[in-house]
Amino acid sequence: MSNTTALHAKHLEAGAKMVDFFGWDMPINYGSQIEEHHAVRNDAGMFDVSHMTIVDVTGVQAKNYLRYLLANDVAKLKDKGKALYSGMLNEAGGVVDDLIVYHFDDTNYRLVVNSATREKDMNWLNDKASGFDVTITEKPDFAMIAVQGPNAKEKAASLFSEAQKEAVTGMKPFYGVQAEDLFIATTGYTGEAGYEIMVPTSQAGQFWQGLLDAGVKPCGLGARDTLRLEAGMNLYGQDMDETVSPLAANMGWTITWEPTDRDFVGRKALEAQKAEGTEKLVGLVMTEKGVLRHGLKVKTQSGEGVITSGTFSPTLGHSIALARVPADTTDTVEVEMRKKWVTVSVVKPSFVRNGKSVL
Amino acid sequence: MSNIPTDLRYASTHEWVRPDGDGVFTVGISEHAQELLGDMVFVDLPDVGDAVSTGDDVAVAESVKAASDVYAPISGEIVAVNEALEDAPEQVNSDPYGDGWLFKIKAEDPAEVEGLLDAEGYENSIDED
Repeated sequence: MSNTTALHAKHLEAGAKMVDFFGWDMPINYGSQIEEHHAVRNDAGMFDVSHMTIVDVTGVQAKNYLRYLLANDVAKLKDKGKALYSGMLNEAGGVVDDLIVYHFDDTNYRLVVNSATREKDMNWLNDKASGFDVTITEKPDFAMIAVQGPNAKEKAASLFSEAQKEAVTGMKPFYGVQAEDLFIATTGYTGEAGYEIMVPTSQAGQFWQGLLDAGVKPCGLGARDTLRLEAGMNLYGQDMDETVSPLAANMGWTITWEPTDRDFVGRKALEAQKAEGTEKLVGLVMTEKGVLRHGLKVKTQSGEGVITSGTFSPTLGHSIALARVPADTTDTVEVEMRKKWVTVSVVKPSFVRNGKSVL
Repeated sequence: MSNIPTDLRYASTHEWVRPDGDGVFTVGISEHAQELLGDMVFVDLPDVGDAVSTGDDVAVAESVKAASDVYAPISGEIVAVNEALEDAPEQVNSDPYGDGWLFKIKAEDPAEVEGLLDAEGYENSIDED
């Protein structure tokens, strides 16, 4: 039996094409994933991300626990509601999962982790909590809706109460706030402005309908993938996993090395990887016909690499990809496309931001 | 259930064939096939004048999701290709039996078309998938 979100009936009602996503019956598109993609870049689109796992971490040692659990340092979080992106590493320095942590105070945090890794993550969180005075609580009674695009905030706000409008006024990117029955965060996975909104499951259908009525286009997992890839954002299980160092996955910026006496899971292995050098994650751009795909082999002057994620970029009109390659890779690489070797350009792993090409 | 016009013939590999007269046949991919592939982003067509044999991979329909070979449903010579797909590959999605046609073949033996599936036969072949 597959899991369904509180919005499942709304997807069927809208004629969504449903697929199995790691045990969840989720919409891949509602007709055209390219039209959905453009809606997010040019106006406003929404995604049902209720399958993601929300976990609250509370207790007197919540801060110390998270400083041990995560490669990024929650001690950097001073403001109430400030969020941080981090990898959660294993002792070998591989990535168990990537997540967002929201800080309310030093005894009260909220994590959002991937759905595909839910069971593994919960075991990991509980396992690493031994010896810490913390309480780890899953919050399955929330649906989560990502509203994204240049007009997303304005359209979403049309559903907010006066108190909720006031709570989000002037809120900078990467913050979250509980406002009455909604948790509203300025986060996302598209490279556009917008909100991720947690809403009690009992109200989810009504809230979704309200967004529809406000002119927000429903978007499926297909558009979510092309949008995040254009924004150069990693997908767990493709661009990194337990066997890949965050240093080889463009996640170096998420590791807080200072203070050097902070012990976090994987630190030792990570220091050795850093000293030794690792592969790196780059962007690839191919302007000829064809689409770079996950798993394709990459040839460089100093050895082989692999495409971790590849797609057609609807915004740019040609193919883009992320690839893990030897550290000294520059300028161009060769990719085997339908039995032919094609030369493609190497760029920084970011392609589109706020509706515009950054190439 | 997807639309399968009864006036066309079909290959089990999801191409449709429509007689234009004088032994010329228009070829495209079925509504079912475009649904499976999703949004089309590139269509690689054969060259006019190419001689093709039944079962040859002569075109590629590439969607956001996957690249799929398109096979010649009959033998003959390519006499036209749908150049509009160069700029508007999405026509294969929006109008698979009309503006989304791929190419035209002058059949070596027009009777070969009689050996292809009719609508009912194609529908059955989809159900078996």
